[in-house]
Amino acid sequence: MIDTTRTDPKKTLPASDGTLLRKKLHRVLLRSRLRAFGLVVPLLLLIIMAFLVPVVLFLVRAVYNDTFSSNMPNVTPMLAKWDPASEPTEEMYAALVADLIKTREDKSIGRVATHVNRQLSGTRSLFTSTARRAARLEAPFKRALISIRKEWGEIKTWHAMKIAATTYTTAYIARAVDMQLNADGSYSARPEDRRIHVTLFLRTMEISIVVTLMGVVLGYPIAFLLANLPVRTSNLLLILVLLPFWTSLLVRTTAWIAMLQGQGVLNDLFVIFGIATDEHRFSLIYNKTGTLIAMTHILLPFMILPLYSVMKTIPPSYVLAARSMGASPWTAFWSVYFPQSIPGIGAGGILVFILAISFYITPALVGGQDGTMISNFIDFHMRSSLDWSLAAAMGLVLLVIVLFLYWLYDRVVGIDNMKLG
Amino acid sequence: MAAETGDEAFVVFDRVQKSYDGAVLVVKDLNLDIEKGEFVTMLGPSGSGKTTCLMMLAGFETATSGTIRLNGKPINNIPPHRRGIGMVFQNYALFPHMTVGENLAFPLQVRRMGKSDIDAKVRRALNMVQMGEFAARRPAQLSGGQQQRVALARALVFDAELVLMDEPLGALDKQLREHMQYEIKHIHKNLGITVVYVTHDQSEALTMSDRIAVFNDGVIQQLASPEELYERPGNAFVAQFIGENNTLKGTVKAMNGQRATVRLDNGDTVSALAVNCGHADNRTTLSVRPERVFIGARGDLPVTKAAVKELIYLGDHIRCRMEVYGTDEFIVKLPNAASHIHLTEGEAVDICWETDDCRALDG
Amino acid sequence: MHLKTLLTGAAFAALMAGTAPAKDLTVVSWGGAYTKSQTEAYHKPWAAMTGKSIVSEDYNGGLSEIKAQVEAGNVTWDVVDVELSDAVRACDEGLAEEIDMSVLPPAPDGTPAAEDFIKGTLDVPCAVPTIVWSTIFAYDSEKMADGPTTIADFFDTAKFPGKRGLKKSPKVNLEMALMADGVAAGDVYAILSTPEGVDRAFAKLDSIKSEVVWWEAGAQPPQLLADGEVAMTTAFNGRIFNAVAAEGKPFEIVWDGQVWDLDLWIIPKGAPNKETALDFIAFSTDTQRLADQASWISYGPARQSSAPLVASYNSRPDLKMAPHMPTAPENFRNALQNDFEFWADNQDELNERFNTWLAAN
Repeated sequence: MIDTTRTDPKKTLPASDGTLLRKKLHRVLLRSRLRAFGLVVPLLLLIIMAFLVPVVLFLVRAVYNDTFSSNMPNVTPMLAKWDPASEPTEEMYAALVADLIKTREDKSIGRVATHVNRQLSGTRSLFTSTARRAARLEAPFKRALISIRKEWGEIKTWHAMKIAATTYTTAYIARAVDMQLNADGSYSARPEDRRIHVTLFLRTMEISIVVTLMGVVLGYPIAFLLANLPVRTSNLLLILVLLPFWTSLLVRTTAWIAMLQGQGVLNDLFVIFGIATDEHRFSLIYNKTGTLIAMTHILLPFMILPLYSVMKTIPPSYVLAARSMGASPWTAFWSVYFPQSIPGIGAGGILVFILAISFYITPALVGGQDGTMISNFIDFHMRSSLDWSLAAAMGLVLLVIVLFLYWLYDRVVGIDNMKLG
Repeated sequence: MAAETGDEAFVVFDRVQKSYDGAVLVVKDLNLDIEKGEFVTMLGPSGSGKTTCLMMLAGFETATSGTIRLNGKPINNIPPHRRGIGMVFQNYALFPHMTVGENLAFPLQVRRMGKSDIDAKVRRALNMVQMGEFAARRPAQLSGGQQQRVALARALVFDAELVLMDEPLGALDKQLREHMQYEIKHIHKNLGITVVYVTHDQSEALTMSDRIAVFNDGVIQQLASPEELYERPGNAFVAQFIGENNTLKGTVKAMNGQRATVRLDNGDTVSALAVNCGHADNRTTLSVRPERVFIGARGDLPVTKAAVKELIYLGDHIRCRMEVYGTDEFIVKLPNAASHIHLTEGEAVDICWETDDCRALDG
Repeated sequence: MHLKTLLTGAAFAALMAGTAPAKDLTVVSWGGAYTKSQTEAYHKPWAAMTGKSIVSEDYNGGLSEIKAQVEAGNVTWDVVDVELSDAVRACDEGLAEEIDMSVLPPAPDGTPAAEDFIKGTLDVPCAVPTIVWSTIFAYDSEKMADGPTTIADFFDTAKFPGKRGLKKSPKVNLEMALMADGVAAGDVYAILSTPEGVDRAFAKLDSIKSEVVWWEAGAQPPQLLADGEVAMTTAFNGRIFNAVAAEGKPFEIVWDGQVWDLDLWIIPKGAPNKETALDFIAFSTDTQRLADQASWISYGPARQSSAPLVASYNSRPDLKMAPHMPTAPENFRNALQNDFEFWADNQDELNERFNTWLAAN
């Protein structure tokens, strides 16, 4: 039946000027595509340069750290080959001394020492003090070093160096989830009194989820009201919803402190109305409660706006139709209106959740003991401890969690089911 | 129409008024009786109060004063979901998150009907509108006409005796609209339901209705059968709103029984059928249907001079715009019959009409 | 390594690129009353003398900004006021320029600078100390007539009921806990270097954990006291003094068990106006300037020769500054110097442990 010698007519259809129609169409489309692409180029470049590149470069630090390997060139290859079950050799001690002399001269000893110290507390002063005297040491170096500080004879010092010497390492990611990488390549749980990150990740999840749920519960009726009021009134109310955006986050958070603190407005009212006694006022701030209240308030507009814009598109006739068919007001709302507002809940929920999961100023100010979140610790390692590798690893883990939740959302609800307006 | 409670009409609007702001009445003193099985259309321009009346009947608006009775019982205080009235909306209002079948099952489910009953009723209702195969589809996968059929089936599936339709065909193209008009008409006839239909399309109203209530300015201008309405419009608004119409303004000079002598604004005098032009010296509007005008003299009918200004060929007829009695907006429809008269633009002709076809209405 | 540095630099440069206004020197400090004291005592006289202009910027401490600037090769700061621990670390990690200490002027009586500065404070080759500040604890004397007098009282919630304010950091808290538990100031770091010592300090903290309100910024403690949120709180002594002297708050400082520390000037590596910066540092750390600063804020001058020159609080001639200095003999009796070396070695571990302890209920 099929004549294989005949070419596909679709491919050979000529345009009026004799060129192939497909080719011609392709060229025309290409031109319009290029023009469209040209419009987004400035933004694309900005995003790549100011966002994507720094983020990727920073995240690379989660698995890449050459502080040791680039500054300790002699001992690094030996450490890599060394079997951590065996004793370090004299040769390795000699290489170590050579490297210590070099790092003292080029002033990189501080960085190396800090780096190793993150594996084993106390090694920082071990390195810096030894480096000051390294130039005067004589062979045999093993005995010489141990005579300065006995820690040089301890195997755990060398294990810490072996881990620190690895340029590409999973040590930071392991630490971000409360595990530790051992010198023999195995992983083990960190000591119990130093396991903090998993607790924090879970707490961050918990706070974000509760804030999102509170946002839905509080924001839904407001959005519903806004969407069903006459335009004049709803515009006015919408301004009230947006009003907080005109105030700095810091001011709003501080206002909550004045409201919620022990001697604050709310507790004073509780005392006046006899809900609390003056001696036992409620702890509403500097804890998780404070974080939840302040974050819910600050993020509420991000829930209301998508909800409002979705509700605005739901024709009132749906509910009228349901009522005319015999549905009570509640049934009409629940089985007809609500399902159609789900895209708004989805959009608002994702927006609030993603903002909440990386919230940082508010928990820092009102979080107190049990209301701080993972981003506060990322900040701590960024600014105070300067352990940028660990900060990057924690950021990476957070990113993976968010992506996983996003994937989960797509599977369960469907990402198409999200509408911002 | 109806007098005593015993044999009162199925739907009664009794001195119903509606105001949204307490200052302006949107519906002024509405009295309307609708018999069981009747197809009544509320026709009028937008803002005339027709949709408000429908919404009051459905229960989505409350009457400011007066009562609405359904089957003899006042329903002012019954919420919409207890009224048992089916309703078809302009944009169909099919629930997008439910399939066609689920949409139809919805009113039955809220009535807590058994599953097998629901299935049977849904199938019957869908078959009635020839949509039997589409039960599993989503509304978004249907064409406008199909959605309209589903909306219709949904309003009928729970055996409502009264079905309200709020411009249900407004979004359809002309051909489909005409087709659906017949279909709705047939369903109405087969089921014996009572339909209250709102539209601003007068041809739709004429096609479908048993009676038409012409609304303007919150008042029923005329309530009558299509034929009555078209042939014998009660006032200038109705004449203008229903069908095409030539109007000539003038003053009543003399009344002579059914006849009125009218002096037109350009000075000429015309004889017309007195409908509601009042008495001598009243301002009046004369109404002449374009298809009732003859070209040339006919019998002893009084002729008048006319100048042909414009000819538009419309297939089944030719529209001819003429200058008559000082107005150049006078339209005459010439049927495209085998022996019709050929006119040319600029030509001067005589025209005439039956005196009864020239109706003297309110000024 | 090179490519990465280059890329990181490019990225940071893209982020931080901004045109600087015309100025001769950018001096960065902690803001508030502290920066004001520096502006009055150092910046204004230096500008008047040299005719050069200073742009004063605020920051929140830590080395992250300096590290970012140095790594990006786009340093905009010339002089930065840092804590001792950061000064040492900046020096160790090559983030700060080495300073030739011979440019520092001698005391008026001819004592060379190296001997004039408080012993042990001039050891960091990249940093010149300016002040001695201290973490103390304070209470509101109006609310507590018969107030606490020793560091042990701070941890005694039976004798002095009420909430306690503590900095949300293990540093200082562990030392104070041990001193309250009866450890002499001189033994604190030796004991804290043993696992048992750390356990002991945490156990002491545990005894008041449920009563603690944690603060992070230096401005918070006076506010917590003023609001009645806490009965007593640790704080930086200058902040409490400022609330007393400038705002008339009835706060009382308990000097027993104070933990003192230094603030120092450093010059970030690759600072744009290095020579001018050096000149400014030499000027601002001379005997008179350090003494002048002490009339604006109650931090002790780092030069011994400045102490006799310290006069009264700027706006209140009746308020002698000397008794309010951490270094005043009666305040200095049971004082502990923050041990940088100990914290450099152990901060990662102790921070983690502290945060884990904090998160556990």
